[in-house]
This record gives sequence, C-alpha cells and structure tokens, in this order.
Amino acid sequence: MKIKKVLIANRGEIASRVIRTCQKLGIQAVAVYSEADQALPYVRQADEAYLIGPGPVVKSYLNQEKILEVAQEADVDAIHPGYGLLSENAYFAKKVIDAGLVWIGPRPEVIAQMGEKVTARQVMQKAGVPVVPGSDAVKSVEEAAAIAQEIGFPVLLKASSGGGGMGMYLCHGMDELRSQFPLAQQRAKALFGDDTFFVEKWISPARHIEVQVIGDQHGNVIHLFERECSVQRRNQKVIEESLSPSISQETRQRLYEAALLAARSMHYTNAGTIEFVVDSEENFYFLEMNTRLQVEHPVTEAITGVDLVELQFAIAEGKELPWKQEEMKARGHAIEFRLYAENPKNFYPSPGLLQELSFPVLEGVRIDAGYETGNTVTPFYDPMIAKVIVSGSWREEVIEKAKDALSKISVSGIQTNLPVLLQVLDHPSFVAGKYDTNILNSLPRE
Amino acid sequence: MAQVTASMAGSVWKILVKEGEQVVQGQDVVILESMKMEIPIQAEVSGTVEKIFVEEGSFVNEGDPLLSLSES
Repeated sequence: MKIKKVLIANRGEIASRVIRTCQKLGIQAVAVYSEADQALPYVRQADEAYLIGPGPVVKSYLNQEKILEVAQEADVDAIHPGYGLLSENAYFAKKVIDAGLVWIGPRPEVIAQMGEKVTARQVMQKAGVPVVPGSDAVKSVEEAAAIAQEIGFPVLLKASSGGGGMGMYLCHGMDELRSQFPLAQQRAKALFGDDTFFVEKWISPARHIEVQVIGDQHGNVIHLFERECSVQRRNQKVIEESLSPSISQETRQRLYEAALLAARSMHYTNAGTIEFVVDSEENFYFLEMNTRLQVEHPVTEAITGVDLVELQFAIAEGKELPWKQEEMKARGHAIEFRLYAENPKNFYPSPGLLQELSFPVLEGVRIDAGYETGNTVTPFYDPMIAKVIVSGSWREEVIEKAKDALSKISVSGIQTNLPVLLQVLDHPSFVAGKYDTNILNSLPRE
Repeated sequence: MAQVTASMAGSVWKILVKEGEQVVQGQDVVILESMKMEIPIQAEVSGTVEKIFVEEGSFVNEGDPLLSLSES
C-alpha cells in the first residue's frame, strides 16, 4: 500500500529529518509535541501538529495511548518512530499494527528479541556470529561472581534491557562486583522495569564499529557499509565516520559477512544497525542490534547517496530493495559531529535559552538541527542540539573542512561541546585514524 | 543551617537520605535526572538532615532547595 500520511512519533532533529523526506515524496507529515517543544522548528515544518502533553517523556512522547489517539484523529496510514523513545518498544509496534497502521520498522518480534540483550546474544551465537565472552542471565551475585572468575576481570555488568550507554557497570575485581550488583539491579529495575543482568568481558582498548543493514519484505537483505563510532563519552557517541579509517579490508569484509548472516537469520526487515566491539587485534564481537534508524545514519547517506528514510518508507510499503549488494558503492568519506548542550569539561548537561544558534552554509556540510535561535533546551530530553555532517573525497580533506565548518558555528546562551569537537580534530590519534573509545578521556582538560 | 540546592534543572530521581539522618560533607544526598543523565548532589557540609523539600519524581529548577541541614 502507498503511504499518504504519516505520524512521526518523535521530536527535534529526527522529526525534521523525516519531514524532509516526506516533503520529497509527497507524504503528509503529522508531528506530535510536548508543551516544552512547541517552539521547535519541526512543529511548524509538519503539515499538522498535535500537542500531546507536558514536558516529561512519560507524559508525552512515551504516552502510547495518546499517540495512537492522535494517529486515529489525524487519519494517518503509518507511524515513523525515529530513534529512542518508542522506536524499540515491541509492544507499541504491535499496537500500531493492530490498529491497522503501518509500522515503519522491523517486525515487533524482532524488536523484542534484539531489545533483550541476553536473547540477542543467543540469537547471534545460533547464527554463527561471535559474541563477547560472557554469560546468559545471572540470577544472583554468586552466579555473576563465578562467571567473572571464569572469564577474568575486568568485566561489565550489563542490564539485559539496557542500551544506549545506560545500565552498564564496569567491575575491576570481586569486591567491586559484589558492591555494584545490588545497586545495579535497583537502578535497572527503576530505569527499565527489568533487573535481569548478564556478565560480559570488558574489552579494552576497544573500537566500536557498526554495520548498517536494510532488508525488504521479500527476503532481500543488504548492508550499507560500516560506521566507526569510537569517539564516545559516558558510552554515548559523539563523532562517527564512514568508512572506518583503521580496519583492514579483510576485517571489513568479515564484518559485513557477519552482519548479513545475523540480519538474514532473523529475516530482518527495514533499517537496522549491528554494533560490534573490535579489539586491538581486530577480533570483533557482536555488542547489540539497534532495530531502527540510527542517529548517525547521515554519514552512510553521504557516502552512498541513499536516502535511508525514503528506503524505510518504500520497504514499509512492501516494495523490493531497488539495489543488489554488488550495486552498492561507498564513495569518499564522511564524518558526523554531535553538538551537545553540555559543559565541555565534565560533560554535564547545560540546559537553557539558545540566545544564538547559527550554522554556516558550506558545500559538503549538512546540518541536521533540532533547534534554532530563541528555543530553549529543556532538561526533559537528550542534550543533542544538532548534527554536523561533513563529507568529501578524502578523510584529510573532510577533517580540514570540518574545522572550518565547526569554527563558523555561533552558539550562545548555553554551554556546548563545540570546543571538544575541535580538540578531537587536532588530536594526533584522530588525525591518524587510530583511536579507540578512550580518546575523549585522553584530551587535555585545562 | 545550610541548604542543599539543585545544581541544574531536572527531576528528582532518588532521595538517598531521610530526615534526621547524619550526613558527612561530600556525601551524595539526592540524585537528579537531567537530559537522560544521573546527577548526584552532595552535601556541602556535614550535619543532620533537617527537612526534605522535594519528592522523588518532582521537577526542580536550578537553585531550588532540595533539603536543609543543621550543621554539626
């Protein structure tokens, strides 16, 4: 069926991003917004916009009943969940489908499987994809301790329902594990409503490399190359690039094969990303799968020329993938920088009024912003203000262009991580393309 | 009497102490949640928790008092 009208169950830059493709395709876009977000650009960019509640996400963007009510009232055909919020909520996906609407994402069963990290590990192992040495669900601190003893410290204590950098606890030794376990369980219960934990070996130094996959409803699955996502703070990404500047061609091919094996084994449909941790010897292990569009999808778009959101719509409508794997080409290089409202020294959030926010208009520089001058960055949501995506023929050229672009951003009223982004561009390991997830900790802090 | 205030706007995620409890300088007394991050708030002085002004789940602005301490 042809999608004529879609509700975007999200906010900020990703809502604006989806609206842009809707306009290109002639699809009517319906936005939902909280009281805190009514002045954001996406609300007026949409063809229709509905207020769904106060600022806190549980009262607005996570209010499934309200969103479904708006979907009925606005008479949409489909729901695009964006990323975060309800995008990986299998119950919501099922409710959307049961309401007779098209869910722009994978099947709810697949979302549920990958959302539970313990199950996801089992699915991957069954498919023949390497996973980080570790355990299934542990029932007690004693069981966790026994497994940690066996695989060796340091270990990560991970919440099965965690993700996006939340619900992970690093333990260097037995005492730390014993003291962290009850606290970790208590937090996981509060955050995710599930205190199931498992143990994984802590791999360090490590790189985070992910493969973009996309499948249609006719059994075709292709990959759209990899993204290097090792520049992180608090286990959350800050800079991503494609292709990865460091891995060998051989490792790259093996990563693609593993990702395709995984996606095909679960008959994956729509866009998804398989994240791997890669050690210093280029051994790689499955970390998690994100069953949605990724924040950093624009770097893939920049090197392939593909509009991933357009493909998401086409697949949801039942169309076949328009390309075969061998027709996909990666050209040049692209790097994305996430501009966060935060203190650049300790990375603490910095909400407040954006007295000024302006970006340069430059060739090869794409800006996906969620805010504009005069908007307020509120404490209810993720601190990302905008993404700056820079592309060109060579990585060196992209780095130079990025320095120029970032230095021409004007932002005032709140603190941002802009100085950190510029510091990374001058960091010898980054310039050499040989960095790991510790790179931000190694920056000088004056 | 000293007040412990919110260092930034956010919601009160956890209150780690009770009225009448002894705390030491630097001890975490409240955890705020702002922009998807947990922010621990410490007691700046040692003392006894006199009164707690907020509840878990309530929203606070920067500078809002969270609890009062009588210095020991």
